[in-house]
Amino acid sequence: MSGADFLLELRSEEIPARMQAAARAELEKLFRAQMAAAGLTVGELSVWSTPRRLALIAKDLPLATAAVSEELKGPRSSAPPQALEGFLRKTGLTQDQLEDRDGVYFAVINKPGRDTKAVLAEAIPGIIRAFAWPKSMRWGKASTSSESLRWVRPLSGIVALLGDESVECEIGGVASGQITRGHRFHSEGDIHISNAAEYAAKLREAYVIVDHVERQNIVRDGAAKVAADAGLTLVEDEGLVIENAGLTEWPVPLLGRFDDEFLAVPPEVIQLTARVNQKYFVVNDAAGKLANGFVCTNNIAATDGGKEIVAGNQKVLAARLSDARFFWEVDQKKPLAVHAEKLGNITFHEKLGSVADKVARVAKLAEYIAANGFVPNCDPEAAKQAALLSKADLVTEMVGEFPELQGVMGGYYARAEGQADAVANAVRDHYKPIGQADDVPTAPVTIAVSLADKLDTLCAFFLINEKPTGSKDPFALRRAGIAIVQLITINGLRMPISRVALEACFGVLGTIYRNEFEEKVEDVLGIAKHMDHPDNVLNLLNLAFPKNSPSANSGAAPVVIQRDRENAVKLVEIYSFLMDRLKVQQREAGVKHDLLDAVFSLVSTDDIVVLLARVKALQAFMATDDGANLLAGYKRAANILKQAGEVADAPSASAPTPADAALNAALEAAEPAAHAAVEGERFTDAMAALASLRAPIDAFFDGVMVNDPDVAVRAYRLGLLDRFKRAVHGVADFSKIEG
Amino acid sequence: MANAEAKQSLSFQDMILTLHAYWAARGCAILQPYDMRVGAGTFHPATTLRSLGPEPWNVAYVQPSRRPTDGRYGENPNRLQHYYQYQVILKPSPADLQEQYLGSLKAIGIDPMLHDIRFVEDDWESPTLGAWGLGWEVWCDGMEVTQFTYFQQMGGFDCKPVAGELTYGLERLAMYIQNVDNVYDLRFSDPVGDVAGLSYGDVYLENERQFSKWNFEVADTDTLFAGFKAAEAECQRAIEAGVPLAAYDQAIEASHLFNLLQARGVISVQERANYMARVRDMAKGSCKAWIDSQSEIWTAKYPGWTL
Repeated sequence: MSGADFLLELRSEEIPARMQAAARAELEKLFRAQMAAAGLTVGELSVWSTPRRLALIAKDLPLATAAVSEELKGPRSSAPPQALEGFLRKTGLTQDQLEDRDGVYFAVINKPGRDTKAVLAEAIPGIIRAFAWPKSMRWGKASTSSESLRWVRPLSGIVALLGDESVECEIGGVASGQITRGHRFHSEGDIHISNAAEYAAKLREAYVIVDHVERQNIVRDGAAKVAADAGLTLVEDEGLVIENAGLTEWPVPLLGRFDDEFLAVPPEVIQLTARVNQKYFVVNDAAGKLANGFVCTNNIAATDGGKEIVAGNQKVLAARLSDARFFWEVDQKKPLAVHAEKLGNITFHEKLGSVADKVARVAKLAEYIAANGFVPNCDPEAAKQAALLSKADLVTEMVGEFPELQGVMGGYYARAEGQADAVANAVRDHYKPIGQADDVPTAPVTIAVSLADKLDTLCAFFLINEKPTGSKDPFALRRAGIAIVQLITINGLRMPISRVALEACFGVLGTIYRNEFEEKVEDVLGIAKHMDHPDNVLNLLNLAFPKNSPSANSGAAPVVIQRDRENAVKLVEIYSFLMDRLKVQQREAGVKHDLLDAVFSLVSTDDIVVLLARVKALQAFMATDDGANLLAGYKRAANILKQAGEVADAPSASAPTPADAALNAALEAAEPAAHAAVEGERFTDAMAALASLRAPIDAFFDGVMVNDPDVAVRAYRLGLLDRFKRAVHGVADFSKIEG
Repeated sequence: MANAEAKQSLSFQDMILTLHAYWAARGCAILQPYDMRVGAGTFHPATTLRSLGPEPWNVAYVQPSRRPTDGRYGENPNRLQHYYQYQVILKPSPADLQEQYLGSLKAIGIDPMLHDIRFVEDDWESPTLGAWGLGWEVWCDGMEVTQFTYFQQMGGFDCKPVAGELTYGLERLAMYIQNVDNVYDLRFSDPVGDVAGLSYGDVYLENERQFSKWNFEVADTDTLFAGFKAAEAECQRAIEAGVPLAAYDQAIEASHLFNLLQARGVISVQERANYMARVRDMAKGSCKAWIDSQSEIWTAKYPGWTL
């Protein structure tokens, strides 16, 4: 007989639904580790969970661990007796048990296999003790000591069977055996399990479906069916499927109804109330609108078919919905602008003022973005108005009850009080995009507010040195950065991002300095003056983006105070951070990093749209033969130039050969064409201009020797190559491109 | 119709009497409500202080509970600023605590084959008591009817052994059993002979109206603030004088005054955490003083027991 099936059931009081999947994984991991340590091969393994048990079945587990024969080399037989004695002590053998092989002692130690049952009897308490629950507890008499066993809830029974035999063990006063229990209400008394094979079937007789996947199917299909039977469509929710399957051993989905008049409350509220508070599914009518129904999943097949249960659940949901309706009505008794006054009491961050401060900054920035035309067709007044109302719903009753509805409720309330649609939509959607899968706003006012909100957050935390490090990003700044990049790229927003970020920084510095005002009065006048002085704004810019800055003002350069420098450094960090997010986004979209580098390293603009247009044109160009060959020509030219070093000799005045002349002519034409195309942001044309150089450069390398013995000819040709290289660089830094 | 069914179900007071009989038969001493304003049955010293230490402790009691912010002027059929909790404390927690509990539901008339009774995860935490435990909210047809907790810590101290706490929401359960939609329609008592029964509304509707108004509109906030301060100081004095039970009374008092201040809307978000921390310090200080006053007895009676 080679093996037997092993069954382990750990019964406990109700395990939280959300912990069951991880608990199954933990049980499997610990079991495999114990078996591996004992040298037992684990074949087919099933792990199941219900609210009241974790179960594991290992098929065909060997009945014993393999016998191991170990051979140890000892001293030579001619060695001094002390050596032999030492070896005998070490091995625990006597001299006549050793083998003498050609004058060397060998000890052969045979370790017989161990009974798997004995291994398991040790392994089970080990697994239970090592089991990692997100939260665990003590209970009962034993908890008088802090050392008592911990489990997720009181552990009440262990079934452990190898084949038909009980694996005997005990932990925390719970002894293993063959007895389990069925459903809490559908089954009474002990259930005797003889072996793993009958376990699931015996439990099923006792109204326990031990396989969680089967219960999930029952919940999913059953909920869809009761809805369909009433001409409704279930709103699918896999999270609810898993949760309800984790709350029941015998799931029975039932359809309930609520009063039509509650449908006046926004559907998001109804769905959340039903889902979060009651774990109900909601249903849609034939038109796809939320209907006055719900599906609750019960744990019994009630004797009356569930009539009383449905009535009870309907009553509970009605009470919940009437609360929701109360919040919905109470919130609307005050306009959002009045709600918003309370935001002054909520701290955004101790160094960054209240939420009201943030709202004021965002409103100013959104207005700035719109007024400068950075978001086309965006009314600055609407952007400001939407931003001022954007966070007001945070202090409403409804969002207090359901924080997930931030934005959504603000949108409803804004519309209800007669705000323009553009404003209401912006209030609703300004948190978007949340994560890369989320929709990116495209409505102008929404874009302006969303952008302003995220830029303010990003700049604010950078300015107080709370930038993300490694895996730590407590203020979700990477997400904000990616959202900013998405808003710009998806909507093709033409804006100097550093300038807009600078504007955001000014807003934040205003709050920070004002906070300091209360502490350090003597600083204030200087700082206030400093903040208002336009030269200092330019100065900050100069420090941050020397390549980019508007020409320096005439007259004395403004004095740079240390704080300016520090803030400028942070602005550069913000800029680099955003560019890094852009690169990450583009790489994930399939753009090769060397092409990004070829454009980003060269170009001093911070107009993301232009940058990407150039990258895109370059990518298309590099996919053509012309592109690949031009790159080869470029690399060759760059190598020759590098080896030539400084070329000091006067070049020939005229082209020595037709090939020289042809390249020269091609450059004469391509240089201005590429330049004009780049200036005009026609990057495909710029690439075409470069493409026109491909044939002449190939012919040049085929037809002439650059290192001509005539130094003037050589100088002429090196000059040509240098021009060629610069012409290419006018479009992209080809040295960064991998070929 | 409803009447025939209603006749068979327990009145509010009979439900309480049934629970008393049920838990008394399981070894519980039936205590009386604590004579102070508290937010929940857990505040009763029979729970807070007695859940500490090694001595077995099995009690059950009704505790009137006040939650000023839940007041609705008697206009909401489900919400009250004053209601009743039924509290059971079993220390150490017995192995069959769930079964005992389910038995009590049957005793008051809930048939588990007709109703869906479920244990849904709910980790209990009381920031003002420095206490936490693991357990569930017990659902009956989707309604939370009981909080079921294994106390792990109280006043910041490990519970050794762990006590099991059951907190029944009496009005909710009664509404369920009597099948009424409005709490004020509950039968508080049944008619006897020519003496009419009372409804819950007969007894409490006017209280809800007047206390909602007082809680939200009338209560003098200066007096409340002063009361809070006074309680805090008195708590400290009592701790120093070695009378932790008296100190704990002041913690209860401060906690309720804080709740009233919240209902009056005069505590800002920032201040809220601060006030809660002050109440917690009083509760923890009282628990610590209680332990200090009892340790000698505990260690003498239970050798090997440590804090």
